[in-house]
Amino acid sequence: MIRLVGILVGLVFTFVVVLAFVVGAYNHITEPAAETAEHAFHLDPHGPAEGFAHNGLMPEWDLAQLQRGYQVYKEVCSACHSLEQVAFRNLAELGYSEEEVKAEAASWVVPAINPDTGENTTRPGTPTDYFPSPYANDVAAAAANNNAIPPDLSLMTKARHHGPEYVYSLLTGYQEPSAELAERFPDSVPGPGLYHNPYFANLNLAMAPPITADGQVTYADGTAATVDQMAQDVAAFLTWTAEPSLVDRVKMGWMVMGFLLFVTILAWLAKKSVWSTLKTRKD
Amino acid sequence: MSFPWAKQYEPKTGFTKWMDEKLPLPRFVYNAVGAGYPVPRNLSYMWNFGVLAGFCLVLQIVTGVVLAMHYAANAGVAFDSVEHIMRDVNWGWAIRYAHANGASAFFVVLYLHIFRGFFYSSYKAPREMIWLIGVVIFLLTMATAFMGYVLPWGQMSFWGAKVITGLFGAIPLVGEPLQVWLLGGYAPDNAALNRFFSLHFLLPFVIAGVVILHIWALHIPGSSNPTGVEVKSESDTVPFHPYYTAKDGFGLGVFLLVYCAFVFFMPNALGHPDNYIPANPLSTPAHIVPEWYFYPFYAILRAFTFDFILPAKLWGVLAMFAAILVWFFLPWLDKSPVRSGHYRPLFRKFFWFGLVPCMAVLFYCGGAPAEEPYVMISQIATAYYFLHFLVFLPIISSIEKPEPLPFSITEAVLGSDDKAVLGKDAETAA
Repeated sequence: MIRLVGILVGLVFTFVVVLAFVVGAYNHITEPAAETAEHAFHLDPHGPAEGFAHNGLMPEWDLAQLQRGYQVYKEVCSACHSLEQVAFRNLAELGYSEEEVKAEAASWVVPAINPDTGENTTRPGTPTDYFPSPYANDVAAAAANNNAIPPDLSLMTKARHHGPEYVYSLLTGYQEPSAELAERFPDSVPGPGLYHNPYFANLNLAMAPPITADGQVTYADGTAATVDQMAQDVAAFLTWTAEPSLVDRVKMGWMVMGFLLFVTILAWLAKKSVWSTLKTRKD
Repeated sequence: MSFPWAKQYEPKTGFTKWMDEKLPLPRFVYNAVGAGYPVPRNLSYMWNFGVLAGFCLVLQIVTGVVLAMHYAANAGVAFDSVEHIMRDVNWGWAIRYAHANGASAFFVVLYLHIFRGFFYSSYKAPREMIWLIGVVIFLLTMATAFMGYVLPWGQMSFWGAKVITGLFGAIPLVGEPLQVWLLGGYAPDNAALNRFFSLHFLLPFVIAGVVILHIWALHIPGSSNPTGVEVKSESDTVPFHPYYTAKDGFGLGVFLLVYCAFVFFMPNALGHPDNYIPANPLSTPAHIVPEWYFYPFYAILRAFTFDFILPAKLWGVLAMFAAILVWFFLPWLDKSPVRSGHYRPLFRKFFWFGLVPCMAVLFYCGGAPAEEPYVMISQIATAYYFLHFLVFLPIISSIEKPEPLPFSITEAVLGSDDKAVLGKDAETAA
C-alpha cells in the first residue's frame, strides 16, 4: 500500500517537473533568451603581473606597499569612500610607530560634540577613533554622487569574488566602450554620469576613473607612482583592511597542519597496532 | 540490549564501586562507547561519519557559545559586531572561521553518513527508528544552519532569509499570515533576527538530545555493517573500545586535516562574498543563493516553473519538502531482504549511475543562476530524484535477484567461519 502511494506521488512530481521541462525547453527553443552585454563583455578580474605578496601559501604583508596603498586611500579614495571598520590604532600594523600613528590620526578630522555647548563640531582624530566617513549620512552621500552611494571600502576585497584582483582590475580597467558593444548592445553604452569598465558587474559604473595619471600621488618612499603601481598598492591596502589577520592565519595554519599531521600519523599507528591482534583473511 | 558476550563493566577501585552504586555513569559510558559495546568487526571507514557528526555538533556548540558572548543580535549592529569579533576579539577570527566552516564540515559529514545509509540500506529493519531519528536530526540541523547564516546580517543573510521565509507565503490561505507570524513583520528585520538568534542558540541542544535518542536506538540492534548480514556469534564482533575508538581517532585526524585546511587557508571559499556587504533591503543581489549545503533542495525548488493546477511556486515548495520527507518512508519503500548494496547488482547500478550523479547535478545547478540550461538540467535531475526513491527503489526491490550473501561477518572477513574466535585470538596475540 505504502509503495503504491509512493509510486503515485513520485509519478505526480515527475509529471509536473517534466511538464515544466517540456514547456521550458519549448520556450527556450522558440524564444531563446537574448544574450546580454554582461555575458558578452564582462571580463574576469586579474592581478598585477608580479602578483601580490599576500597571495599564495606563504603570504607576507609588503609593509612599504601597504603604507603606499594607505597614502592612495587617504589622498584619492577617501574623498568619497569610508573605511568604517578600521581604526587609526590599526595603522600600527603597517609598521608605523606609536608617534607616527598619533600624528597620522591627528591629520584626519573626526566628528565630535563640543563639551561646552553640546553642539556638533569636529576635532583632530586620535588613535582610538575610526576612519571618518566623508559624508554626514547616506542621503548626503547619494546627493553628492548622482544617487549612487559610494560603498564602504573596509571589506571590499572580501565582498567581491577575487577581491584584490577585482580592485586592481577595476582601477586599471576603465576604457571607452568598444564599437562592437555599441553596435550589438546600444543600451549598454554608458549614459551621462556613467563610465564603462568591463570588470564591473554590469559594465557601467557611476564612479569616475579615480586614478587617471602617473604621479597623481607623490609617494613618501619615492616609488614611481604609475597608475598601475597605485592600483596595486591600494588593492593590497584594502586586502589588509578587509582581513588584517590574513598573514597570521596562514602562518598559524601551517603549525596547525604540522601538528595534526603528526597526531594523525600517531593515530594511524595506534589503530594499526590495536587491529594487528585480530586475524584477517590470508589467501 | 546487547549481545550476551558483551564485556561487563567491573568497577575496581573504591571510588568507582561507590560511583557505580550511586550513579552508574562510568558503566553507561562503558556500555555505550567502551569495551561493553560489541560492534561488527568489518566496518569500513564509511562508518566513521557518525562519530564525526557528533564531533561537529560539539565543535559548533563550543565555538558558537563563545561567538554568542561577543555577538549582538540587533539589526543595527549585528554586522559590525561580527567584524568586531574578526578584528578586536582575541582569536575571534579563528573562532568565527572555525564556526562558519564547521557548519560546512558538519554537512559534508552528514551527507556522507546519509549516503552510507542509502548504499547499505541502513534504514531497514530492525534499524528503522535509528533512520527516522536521523532524518529528524538532519531537518533540525538544516533549520539551525539556515538561521545561523542569517545572523551576520549581510546581504545573503537578509535575502536568503527573505526568499526562504517567502516560501511559506506559497501555502494557500494561511501562507501569508503564517509568514508574517514567523518573521514578526512583513520582511526580515530586527524581530526576525532576534528570534533566529534565540532559536539558533536553542536548536543545537535539541539536536544533542535527539542525537542521544539516535545512539540509544542504535544500541538496541547494534551497528549495521558492510555485508548487511546480522551479527551471529562473538567472532563477528569486536569491542568498540579499543578497536573503533582507535579507528575513529584516525578518521578524526584525517577529518581535522581537511577541515583545518579550509579554516586556515581558504576560510571564505564556501561562503558568498555578498555576505560581507551589510544587509540592505533596498538592493537585491544579482544571484540569491543559500549556503552550498542547501543547493540540491534549492535546485528542486526552482525546477518547478510551470503552473499545473497549483502555482509553480507551491509545487516547488511541496517538492522541496517532499525531497527530504521521502527519506522517512525508505524503510517501507525498499523491501529487498538484502541490505548491502554490495550484493544488490541492480540497486548498485541505480545508486552509482543514478542517485549519485543526480545529487551532484542538483548540487551544481542549485548554485548556478536561474537561467538555461541550468533550469532544464535541474528539472531532469529532479525528475530522476523522485523516480529513484519513489518508483525505481520499490520496483528494483521486487525484481532484483541478489547475489549470494556470506554466511556470516566472520566468513566475509576470514573466508570461513570456523577458524577464528576473537577472544582466543586476542589472548594468543597478547
